Amino acid sequence: MITLNKIQQVLNDTRRESVEEMAQEAARVTRQNFGRTISLYAPLYLSNYCSSHCTYCGFHALNKIKRIKLTPDEMRREMVPIHAQGIRNILMLTGESYKHTPIEYLKDAVRTAGDFFQGIALEVHPMQAQEYKELFAAGVDGITVYQETYDRRRYADVHLSGYKKDYDFRYGTPQRAAEGGMRQIVLGILLGLSETAPDLLALYEHLRSMERSYPGVEYAVSFPRLRTIKEKEFVRCDVDDTTFIKIICLTRILFGRVGINLSTREAPQLRNNLLELGITRMSAGSNTSVGGYSLLDKDEQDPQFDIKDDRSVADVVALLKKRNFDPIFTDWRRIENCS
Amino acid sequence: MFNDMPLVIAGKTFNSRFLLGTGKFKNKSDLAESIVASGAEIVTVALRRVDLDRHEDNILKHIPKNITLLTNTSGARNAQEAVRIARLAKASGCGPWVKIEVINDSKYLLPDNQETVKATQILAAEGFVVLPYISPDLYTARALVKAGAATVMPLGSLIGSNQGLKTKELIQILINEIDLPIVVDAGIGAPSQAAEAMEMGAAAVLANTAIATAEQPAVLARAFALAVEAGRMAYLSGLPRQTSVANASSPLTGFLYDNAQ
Repeated sequence: MITLNKIQQVLNDTRRESVEEMAQEAARVTRQNFGRTISLYAPLYLSNYCSSHCTYCGFHALNKIKRIKLTPDEMRREMVPIHAQGIRNILMLTGESYKHTPIEYLKDAVRTAGDFFQGIALEVHPMQAQEYKELFAAGVDGITVYQETYDRRRYADVHLSGYKKDYDFRYGTPQRAAEGGMRQIVLGILLGLSETAPDLLALYEHLRSMERSYPGVEYAVSFPRLRTIKEKEFVRCDVDDTTFIKIICLTRILFGRVGINLSTREAPQLRNNLLELGITRMSAGSNTSVGGYSLLDKDEQDPQFDIKDDRSVADVVALLKKRNFDPIFTDWRRIENCS
Repeated sequence: MFNDMPLVIAGKTFNSRFLLGTGKFKNKSDLAESIVASGAEIVTVALRRVDLDRHEDNILKHIPKNITLLTNTSGARNAQEAVRIARLAKASGCGPWVKIEVINDSKYLLPDNQETVKATQILAAEGFVVLPYISPDLYTARALVKAGAATVMPLGSLIGSNQGLKTKELIQILINEIDLPIVVDAGIGAPSQAAEAMEMGAAAVLANTAIATAEQPAVLARAFALAVEAGRMAYLSGLPRQTSVANASSPLTGFLYDNAQ
């Protein structure tokens, strides 16, 4: 049983030898469960329309950025270069807007993606179980939804308006996605937004309860670290690299078979070193702006967050091979989904 | 001195009784070398990992042509999904040999025996050569025989756990009672464990994680091949059973012969 005390103890223990000891154990568990393989995926931002006001996000409703929503033809133009780089797992994202990106829009995107990709996941506004069922039937296999923080008070402080203000509806999203038949569900917290230890404990409890209720789902977690967005600062509790590494290792030791994702928010050198410690999936060659792969020039783009690792897929693959990892492009072959 | 029958599965004969899985290898050359070193003639591949249009990294390119490809349905959570994956594999040119893997528990990765039987019925009727992966259970194995399975593949212990034959007694029952080749799959973490399964009378052994994650995979692959052969020879030799106490020659019935002297 993991407790708040235990997590705090781990995070406070900065002795070099205990960090190394954890890393060794995490590496061992990862190799046994996943071998030396790393799955690759790319994010594709479909729309930045958003009706929620989350103070830390570059897409929030009041932010004066150029709002764009890709048409199916534009999606296709964005998908071509991603596919050409070898990527077969796509994570399609939108801001949270039922009005601008309703389920029919998402289904169109999924159908379009079906021409290029084998694994299709969405990170969009939370929905009802019936809607997840429809999306699953349309070809979606995975849902990513972060609670951001499990601290209700802080949650209310940073989610000022819109659907996302409803903590409980968001908390129930993984459950509804599982009810809808999804194969993969990714949970996460936005590190830095709130106190780390209680958030981590609540995430672990959420994950455990999902594992018990929906054992057939493949779970993964993600630990995006809050970054500045075009120079604005929202960080409450800074998570340094050592703490970040301990979080990854602790998660791996507690959840041997759960995937751990790492995005291009992190710098190349840290990403390289984290490969050994528990990471199983990485995004590569990412662009976090709507239209960023082929439609807009760099100076026209408004990213959701600034990426720190802008290496191409080919560069990441070369690095993985050099470090004795097998890059996995295909981890699923699409079959007709029906529940 | 050592005459063995070849392993026969669905009418096809194999000289090797070792099957190799292809997951978790750090690169394709380790995999290719391990296949050769193991002498395996049947190799399993997860369809979910096959990308037909990526030439350089297409796993199928690293498997020699003379090897029988056994596509597994990894990722299937029920019979329907396993059937769809098997059909897709066949349509993609992977052939009709399929290892049914239906797993609806991502933590323990234990197979769902009931759904496995259902998938076996459907696919065997469609002409697939079906090698179902199960938790060792006599009733399931009997149902699989009826369903038209080509082998029964009971797990030794949890996938990837290297724990060996935790289910030994249940596997022994299958070996004794089921008239299909019993291929021990999953959890076999060392050559000694593979030898032990063969000594019990298993028809063959499948391993993957132990070899794929070894520092020198091809060396361990060879060690597994030798262990499987040694275990098989021991089984055919009429290996004396183990006992827990010393055995005097005839302490209980010796008196019968005392009078005759």
